[in-house]
Amino acid sequence: MSAPVKVPFSKAVYTRPRSLVDVRSHFCPGCHHGTIHKIVAECIDRYDLREKTIGVACVGCAVFLYDYIDVDVVEAPHGRAPAVATGVKRAQPDKFVFTYQGDGDLAAIGTSEIIHAANRGENLSVIFVNNTTYGMTGGQMAPTTMLGQKTSTTPYGRDFRGDGYPIRMAELLAGLEGTAYSARVAVSTPAQIRKAKESVRKAFEMQIGGMGLSIVEFLSTCPTNWGMKPLDAQKRVLGEMSEYFPLGVFKERKQADFA
Amino acid sequence: MSTPASSPSTRILTKGNEAICLGAVAAGCRHYYGYPITPQNDIPEYMAAHLPALGGTFLQAESEVATINFILGTSASGKRVMTSSSGPGISLMQEGLSYMAGSELPAVIVNISRSGPGLGGIAPSQGDYFQAVKGGGHGGYRLIVLAPHSVQEMYTLTMLAFDLADKYRTPAMILGDAIVGQMKEPFVASPYDPSSTAEKPWALTGCAGRERQNLKSLHLKDNAIEVHNWKLHEKYERIRNEEARAESYMLDGATIAIVAFGTAARVSKTAIQWARKEGIAVGMLRPITLFPFPGREVFELARKVDVLLVIEMNTGQMVEDVRQCTPLHDRIAFLGKPCAMPTPEEILERIRTLAGRKG
Ligand SMILES: Cc1ncc(C[n+]2csc(CCOP(=O)(O)OP(=O)(O)O)c2C)c(N)n1
Ligand code: SF4
Ligand SMILES: [Mg+2]
Repeated sequence: MSAPVKVPFSKAVYTRPRSLVDVRSHFCPGCHHGTIHKIVAECIDRYDLREKTIGVACVGCAVFLYDYIDVDVVEAPHGRAPAVATGVKRAQPDKFVFTYQGDGDLAAIGTSEIIHAANRGENLSVIFVNNTTYGMTGGQMAPTTMLGQKTSTTPYGRDFRGDGYPIRMAELLAGLEGTAYSARVAVSTPAQIRKAKESVRKAFEMQIGGMGLSIVEFLSTCPTNWGMKPLDAQKRVLGEMSEYFPLGVFKERKQADFA
Repeated sequence: MSTPASSPSTRILTKGNEAICLGAVAAGCRHYYGYPITPQNDIPEYMAAHLPALGGTFLQAESEVATINFILGTSASGKRVMTSSSGPGISLMQEGLSYMAGSELPAVIVNISRSGPGLGGIAPSQGDYFQAVKGGGHGGYRLIVLAPHSVQEMYTLTMLAFDLADKYRTPAMILGDAIVGQMKEPFVASPYDPSSTAEKPWALTGCAGRERQNLKSLHLKDNAIEVHNWKLHEKYERIRNEEARAESYMLDGATIAIVAFGTAARVSKTAIQWARKEGIAVGMLRPITLFPFPGREVFELARKVDVLLVIEMNTGQMVEDVRQCTPLHDRIAFLGKPCAMPTPEEILERIRTLAGRKG
């Protein structure tokens, strides 16, 4: 009998980042929150930030941030994460501070807090997850819900006459002087994931360089509340969502203008 | 503007609101956030002028909703932090205060209260008593509430508020009003005693050299929220047992005892002196802590006197707590003056009536 053949693995192509906790995820199949968590953890590791990071969790499906990312985390009231993060960063300017917020959290109840944090140029990074619905509370209309999209509170589809239009936060925030970096990314293909990671790295670099507020908006899925299979949800992101919410970098500060 | 004098016994002439700032700075508070509202604007103005030079941070927020969340973040960082406002702004802070109580985060909140409800008016008032002492926000919690009645106490009780907030890991409120806030009188800037400063191993400073930690108020698993509620309840019981404070003023041989706090108590002192000169045996029990309420003192006092005269600058709020502390309800009288300071003459008049005297 010949000796068993050893398969030579020279390179691990998929590993768990140090800052990602090794637990089972509570997210639904096909949900992008988990992918986005991993990207955040990878970028924390990339700059060796784990031991100097304070994360700010929102209210929404991502409220359990502290179960997944291996850093100190404070929980903010719904929408108030940028204000809580402001309080953390003003008290500890040498620490790395990020918020992780849903679209109901950031673009509805917390609009005031994100706009003023950005306008002050708070030196924070914001991870913004746009899944066009309120995932945690059962799929109600969000400010980002697409026209015609049926949700539990727009059972006949969102109509601009009564419900207004889906709001493009990345563009809106890019218009503020205090915003250092604003981009919209998606994670529906491997290429998009790589690009998204680059954007998060850029956002973190902005904070490390003291440039002001950086925000990365993720087009994300909520198969559960969209009533779609995971693969169809990916298609929706790549199709109608990306059409209305174009991917790209809307603002990138080159050097600190308040140094 | 005055800064604390070098000699601990020097008397400085200062406004109440400024004494709060001096007390906060003396107690090591270097972070202040707020949003303008009358009648407390001298507090943020003082902090804006003085904190930067002390290496601290003043930040004007876009709203009181943002303010209280700045406070939450700085408190979670383990730093002493303060804000001040008045009725409408304090209402906007209730969400954040509930989260802070739930997350067990200390801070000092100053309410230089004004008239309400709604936009009300800027006249001094004690109409925020219920909001302050019963919790104010959702879910069932208490704030530690201190009620200064002089510029001196605006200073010393602010220092105490920081110590108590840290000791019990809970927000503490200074409940003042436009009169104690705006009045000027000499006070002694006694040095801060740091001996009761609490350690904060729970602070979020990055997880270098330890496991990650979190600060949160959400408890979904099993019966964690029930356990958490009992834990908070136990803490509030400890505060009730150990921290109630009251001043007994000329109560020797008194048959009439006023119960009043803050400005109403201050005015009552004058009326009591006048009445004593007329030979009327009147004194006062002045709650310094409104939560915890000095219930035992009220209970004992009610048994000794003929009348407990509760005086408030509202239509009757603390009087409900007084009633809870004694079964002798027929001994309780009430003088209310919503949205205005009662005059010593008015109070004297009522004392005379209760004593069966004609003026
Ligand atoms: C003041 C307040 N109002 C309402 C809620 C209920 N609530 C919890 S999560 C949520 C929406 C979450 O949606 P989103 O931010 O889009 O996050 P997702 O779950 O979709 O990731 C709402 C309305 C709350 N917790 N607090
Ligand atoms: S409800 Fe939606 S957002 Fe929440 S975990 Fe499930 S798929 Fe994700
Ligand atoms: Mg959402």
